[in-house]
Amino acid sequence: MPDAHLKVFRGRPGEPSEFVDFDVPVEEGMVVLDALHWIQGHRAPDLAVRWNCKAAKCGSCGAEVNGRPSLTCKTRLSDFDLDEPITVEPMRAFPLIKDLVTDVSWNYAVNRTITPFTPPENLPQEQWRWQQRDVDRVQEFRKCIECFLCQDVCHVLRNHETERAFMGPRFLIRVASLEMHPIDQVDRRQYLKDSGGIGYCNITKCCTEVCPEHIKITDNGIIPLKERVADAYYDPLQWAWRKLRGREATGAGTELPVLPAPVGAPPPPAAATTPTDATATESAPAQTAEPAAAGTGPARPPRRVRTTKSARQTAGRKDAARAPRGRRDGGAG
Amino acid sequence: MAISGFETHVHDVLVVGAGGAGLRAAIEARARGASVGLVCKSLLGKAHTVMAEGGAAAALAHVAPDDNWKVHFRDTMVGGKLLNHPRMAQLHALEAPDRIRELELWGAVFDRTADGRISQRPFGGHTYPRLAHVGDRTGLEMMRTLQDKAVHSDVDVYMECTITHLITGPGRIMGAFGYWRVTGEPVLFPAKAVVLATGGIGKAYEVTSNSWEYSGDGHALAYLAGAELIDMEFVQFHPTGMVWPPGVRGLLVTEAVRGEGGILRNKDGERFMWKYLPEDRRQEYAATDEEAERWVEVTAQGRSSEARRPPELSTRDNVSRAIYTEVKEGRGSPHGGVYLDISYLPAEHIRRKLPSMFDQFKELADVDITRGPMEVGPTTHYVMGGVRVDAETGATTVPGLFAAGEVAGGMHGANRLGGNSLSDLLVFGARTGAGAAAYAARNAASAYVDPSQAYRAARQLSAPLEREDGEDAYAIQRDLQAMMQSLVGIFREEADLREALGRLTDLETRWQSIKVTGGRMYNPGWNLVFELRNLLTVSRAVTLSALQRTESRGAHSRVDYPEQDDRNWGVINSVICRGPDGAMMVARSGVPPMASELRGLLGAAH
Ligand code: SF4
Ligand code: SF4
Ligand code: FES
Repeated sequence: MPDAHLKVFRGRPGEPSEFVDFDVPVEEGMVVLDALHWIQGHRAPDLAVRWNCKAAKCGSCGAEVNGRPSLTCKTRLSDFDLDEPITVEPMRAFPLIKDLVTDVSWNYAVNRTITPFTPPENLPQEQWRWQQRDVDRVQEFRKCIECFLCQDVCHVLRNHETERAFMGPRFLIRVASLEMHPIDQVDRRQYLKDSGGIGYCNITKCCTEVCPEHIKITDNGIIPLKERVADAYYDPLQWAWRKLRGREATGAGTELPVLPAPVGAPPPPAAATTPTDATATESAPAQTAEPAAAGTGPARPPRRVRTTKSARQTAGRKDAARAPRGRRDGGAG
Repeated sequence: MAISGFETHVHDVLVVGAGGAGLRAAIEARARGASVGLVCKSLLGKAHTVMAEGGAAAALAHVAPDDNWKVHFRDTMVGGKLLNHPRMAQLHALEAPDRIRELELWGAVFDRTADGRISQRPFGGHTYPRLAHVGDRTGLEMMRTLQDKAVHSDVDVYMECTITHLITGPGRIMGAFGYWRVTGEPVLFPAKAVVLATGGIGKAYEVTSNSWEYSGDGHALAYLAGAELIDMEFVQFHPTGMVWPPGVRGLLVTEAVRGEGGILRNKDGERFMWKYLPEDRRQEYAATDEEAERWVEVTAQGRSSEARRPPELSTRDNVSRAIYTEVKEGRGSPHGGVYLDISYLPAEHIRRKLPSMFDQFKELADVDITRGPMEVGPTTHYVMGGVRVDAETGATTVPGLFAAGEVAGGMHGANRLGGNSLSDLLVFGARTGAGAAAYAARNAASAYVDPSQAYRAARQLSAPLEREDGEDAYAIQRDLQAMMQSLVGIFREEADLREALGRLTDLETRWQSIKVTGGRMYNPGWNLVFELRNLLTVSRAVTLSALQRTESRGAHSRVDYPEQDDRNWGVINSVICRGPDGAMMVARSGVPPMASELRGLLGAAH
């Protein structure tokens, strides 16, 4: 079989970065992550790549392959024309640490602000009964492997479009999984609106397109949540049932951190990116990404200048709690 | 306390590893008032537990009303060929149902029975349908639940931090030394108690279902700190890993496929498992294809069946050997496996019960499992052996050092039943967290880190970066994996094992002179150096133990000693420890005695 030609982004904040060419021998069934491992094992032992399972189950290995946010462990080389180079670069939305590794600690900080599952106090667990169909939707959202590809592709986060915080699709469906739990007692609508910034989502569905778990993030999660937040919709059974029993509103007034923007970098050109038309119903992620630094090397803007120290403070260390907090300006959309 | 030049974080209890066992231990220790640090090599929530598919075994008796802890205990002991620590197997069977219910209380959403309770599925070696599950992503559900619980319990999480050394003091543990993977800077964790929850050793082998993190870190750290390891010869080869294409070789195909009715056939279409059922347990399995089919049908409806289970649900060690033998004798599939077929069931049912298997084969192998068979073969999956622990508290033989989950030994004996790992993590994670918190409370004086140990650890950490030239860590890893695969694999014999010991000595010598390029920041090649040290340590432990045990039992099969030898080995654990001269020693000790009421549960046969 012919070799594959990979152009792999290499660099760290504050240093010149480049795309480095590697020719990798191809075996049948090989995925992009295999190629990266081959590079580590034979050419560049210090190439920074995150991965764990190599089975599309842990969500560690997200990167942008030919501009499309993908799990490198399930992106097969045979899906590409091997005569053309395959570009691999880190997720754009998050600050760079090194090579293909980015600082995703902001996501952990956001997750912490979500009020966890809260069962009713007066219903002993022995009496909990619910049907499979009552939890199918919740289970769909709980399939999330936290790859953050949806966060990466969402234009609101990717382009740092808002001054205020937006929790992003991953955490909207996290909230949805709690709100739709048959016996959860908490009302997170105020939180969604004021802190989570649900109004910033204009339903472009790019998140759904890239989700490797095929979660219908927008249709099944965000849209019903928006409707609930707007008080325009009550599920005749579940939602009303819970309302009657008086759900406690919590989380309102929580401050969400703002995703750190790359220091000193202009926002990437928005032209070819995500549609901003709120009524758009579909968009191919292949179009959302910039035409990958085709052919000739690093066309990548110097958009991720962070000091080693700050990268370390947010990424290497403790999760969430210690990550920087953002401004809070009140309600959104 | 602080030593100049080192970032320092002090805790009562430091938990190393943030999979199911580590998280559960951290939650418990925190709930009991200890200040807790949780260190993981990767990001939080990515640990190997997310890959566990089939379910967690617990005698909830939701599907089979006759199930109870006693039957679960018996199944576990029988599966482990009676080498299990009986008290651990008892506690596990007794407490697993509560640990599962507790997860539900914390937000886990398990699949339901028709009457709305937690559903349970059948698995190999379990008398009744017993595994609480969420489709085929049970581990992920557990991880998310525990992760959220821990994060909201004020546990300090240190992500992407590798622990390379344990710090000891006079007669006890004093903490741990590690480094930030992102910056490469060293960090000290003085702690009154340290819990190891680092998982297994699969990366010692070429074909494995395990992630890169499974490099035997806790096994090696404990051993180097003076703790005993037991049963290290028992490495579980899961019968069904993917064999094709090469890029996915070893990837797990969940036992749930067989639990849902998957049939194993060789290239001649023969359902070969009929031939391999052990004579003394044959009565537990269906007698005919027809009976097996009836079992599948009834079980699929979530009911308990009068028909007996299919032969594919024999224990893992047995199914692995059967597949290996079929292939070796020329009856394998084109890519050196056998066929596993579930496509005779309705496509809809398969997609609902095995969604991630459906995706995995579709996306990685172009196989539609609702239409045709999968090709599967054995893959290194789990190590039964591990650090010797006290059943009640998880304490190792070194005061202040604890271990839980796969890194701990004893619970599973010579062979682990599917589904008993997720429940093990919960039961002993909780017990060990409690044990470590209690130890910390009893030893109120704060931990003292001997500066010379910290400086020595820091020097060892930097050494490979400072060498002028030397060996490539990746090359050593490849050679080690190939060697272990061929010489210390499913079937073993003396000559191979002796050769393996010699080769390990060579590899250890090469390890001494590894050179790392590329600096300290997020450098996987540098991280590999310490993982290799650990892999070499556990590989030697496996090989020495395998050489010592001159019989075949459970997952340990000796070609030169094919029989189970109860007279000489029936109640003997292998023990690995560090000799006075620093060399690894292998010895044996008696399996802890079984209380007579437990013995009574094993039935007449034992
Ligand atoms: S639908 Fe579009 S705007 Fe809304 S979360 Fe998804 S990607 Fe972002
Ligand atoms: S919702 Fe999908 S894309 Fe987003 S983090 Fe989860 S698995 Fe990844
Ligand atoms: S490595 Fe786990 S999702 Fe790719």
